[in-house]
Amino acid sequence: MKSLEELKSIREKMFDLVDMRNDDSENTNSDYKYQVLVCGGTGCTSSGSMTLIAEFEKLIEKNDLGDKVKLVKTGCFGLCALGPVVIVYPEGAFYSMVKAEDVHEIVEQHLMGGKVVTRLLYEESVHAGTDEIKSLNEIDFYKKQHRVALRNCGVINPENIEEYIARDGYAALGKVLKEMTPQQVIDTISASGLRGRGGAGFPTGTKWQFAANSKGDIKYVCCNADEGDPGAFMDRSILEGDPHAVLEAMTIAGYAIGACQGYIYIRAEYPIAVERLKIAIKQAREYGMLGKDIFGSGFDFDIDIRLGAGAFVCGEETALMTSIEGHRGEPRPRPPFPAVKGLFGVPTILNNVETYANVPRIILKGAEWFASTGTEKSKGTKVFALGGKIHNTGLVEVPMGTTMREIIEDIGGGIPNGKKFKAAQTGGPSGGCIPAELIDTPIDYDSLTAIGSMMGSGGLIVMDEDNCMVDIAKFFLEFTVDESCGKCTPCRIGTKRLLEILTKITEGKGTMEDLDRLEELANAIKAGSLCGLGQTAPNPVLSTLKYFRNEYEAHIKDKTCPAHVCKGLLKFTIDPDKCRGCSLCAKQCPVGAISGQVKSPFTIDTDKCVKCGACMDKCPFKAISKQ
Amino acid sequence: MAIPFKGTKEQEEQLKAVIAAHKGEKGATIPVLHEAQDIYGYLPIEVQKMIAEGLGVSLAEVYGIVTFYTQFSLNPKGEHPIGVCLGTACYVKGSGDILEKLKDILKIDVGECTDDGKFSLDATRCIGACGLAPVMTIGDDVHGRLTVDQVEGIVKQYS
Repeated sequence: MKSLEELKSIREKMFDLVDMRNDDSENTNSDYKYQVLVCGGTGCTSSGSMTLIAEFEKLIEKNDLGDKVKLVKTGCFGLCALGPVVIVYPEGAFYSMVKAEDVHEIVEQHLMGGKVVTRLLYEESVHAGTDEIKSLNEIDFYKKQHRVALRNCGVINPENIEEYIARDGYAALGKVLKEMTPQQVIDTISASGLRGRGGAGFPTGTKWQFAANSKGDIKYVCCNADEGDPGAFMDRSILEGDPHAVLEAMTIAGYAIGACQGYIYIRAEYPIAVERLKIAIKQAREYGMLGKDIFGSGFDFDIDIRLGAGAFVCGEETALMTSIEGHRGEPRPRPPFPAVKGLFGVPTILNNVETYANVPRIILKGAEWFASTGTEKSKGTKVFALGGKIHNTGLVEVPMGTTMREIIEDIGGGIPNGKKFKAAQTGGPSGGCIPAELIDTPIDYDSLTAIGSMMGSGGLIVMDEDNCMVDIAKFFLEFTVDESCGKCTPCRIGTKRLLEILTKITEGKGTMEDLDRLEELANAIKAGSLCGLGQTAPNPVLSTLKYFRNEYEAHIKDKTCPAHVCKGLLKFTIDPDKCRGCSLCAKQCPVGAISGQVKSPFTIDTDKCVKCGACMDKCPFKAISKQ
Repeated sequence: MAIPFKGTKEQEEQLKAVIAAHKGEKGATIPVLHEAQDIYGYLPIEVQKMIAEGLGVSLAEVYGIVTFYTQFSLNPKGEHPIGVCLGTACYVKGSGDILEKLKDILKIDVGECTDDGKFSLDATRCIGACGLAPVMTIGDDVHGRLTVDQVEGIVKQYS
């Protein structure tokens, strides 16, 4: 493909097919009567969507429906909690938690009989009391979402470049190469107000400008897909659902700064995303969207993949580049910044996956369009991975400035089992915990930093009253101690000492002086560490100390863990009024800590007890409690 | 306990082909180690020596890289490697208890392999299946929405 006309003709050829999947579309020009979209993201694949696809294929062939029904394996729909998810158009019937044995019913009743299988519909997707299906935009989970970076996820087949083209794919690249100068591209990105979605929020246009200004014949464009924050899977979903958007944006960036080679550094833990990226790169080369003389413009650009090998620190930009160069991924001091001296010693830009996913839309729809969403200093949308104690775990994209409450209650559907919301954790091991009283904080870079957390890459873990905040701080410190690369002392030794103090507190051996020591040490680590990992590692401790000091004090002064999590402080007791002396608990106990006479109340020897909780699970009379 | 190296001639040929394909490439060591681990299942010192010689870098450099990245293993994995996700989403939903239960059933600690070579146990970083938390993987299979009670039954399916 060498011209915009060819791109346009592919778009026209594919348009009706893909447009039918637009939720409000009335388009019936597609050759197919039905389209069955099955989620092929990691979440749904883990809950069995590949067997569903095989089953659909088998039954479509058996019933000779091949020319009426189009089966499409898409990226993530976002509602991972209900996986595997199947959506059938034109109705937009949202089938959730579909099992292989349900497939024949969908095929026979819906695809052959024209009647939606009500039994399998996600209950929120139907107007109450009727069989009438809501549009996806009317479902609570989707209503407040605004999909820019995720616009193609769950809509197109990510393994087919033509479906991407049907959704205006590569049109932005065509526009850039044919109509814009590199400086105009950078100006557009700057004007849009796009900031880095990896967490720190550095203005993307400014970064590109620095690299463009650096002199050099060779420059590089890198994509940070080393999504190491536990509980974050935004980048993975974009790469699985819409890999071409990232390739297109990197090529645009290459044109803007004068680079002709790109690298995507991606975690080896994401096999599906790696596979889809490989397919996408191959197709983009075949269609002339990567390689020499793209769109006949004389501009050359190509992209290669580099696999990470499991090191959280490699998400830090200088460490990532050191790792691509083939070494231990240790960070180095800045300046020089990568825009001046980056990968292999030449000017380099590094942006996050989600940042790139916004770029083609900004080019096509303009900087003003993008900047019209969001808050004064944080423009556009942000994708969050909702996880933890929340109904609708999954992936959501909301305008910047949406409050935490809207995300957790309206979109996320609140906390399950009638429990109380305690805190939300953003920013992973570099972020902090946001307490219930700050649930109305609007989410943007600056307000989150102001309350001691950070945007981070977008993991949002919800915690309820059963989670101990000291334990959570300890959990994150265990992570950073493990992942500290060891190059600089404040991080290597400091985080270890922080963890030791936290462990002491969770074992009930802490003193009030320990709290002051924690604070002092945390601030020293922040001030003295070389890279972002060390500078932010104390945040989980500082934010929990700030908002949940009473829990720390309970561990220290009262020797209790209010959430009943810290094993060292738990005490199991048998209520003599409820115990019938059945001896089941004594048989269950692995250490022989429970004794008594059959038919009279048993007792637990707290010195022997290892607090495994096995007795409590087995007691038929609920006579055992932990405090 | 050091496990004797049991590499075959075929594996060595494969590794040599990989080294030859990457030789001269910038930053080749990590891609070669990935492929070597696919061939041998782990990266014993014998394999590291071959890579160092093949690529013309020092063994210290290779060893430094292998021990830096958690994906690279110096020990062989079990026939069914078990990984328990300790990402935050899984952790707050109790994956720590799942891990304890597995240690208890298999009588091994994290990073170890059972005597019969059937199972090895690892605590993994977030695998991104947070919608199914808590999650464990056995080989390529993902088991989600776990409770402690289910663990023993699931492991039995593999033994």
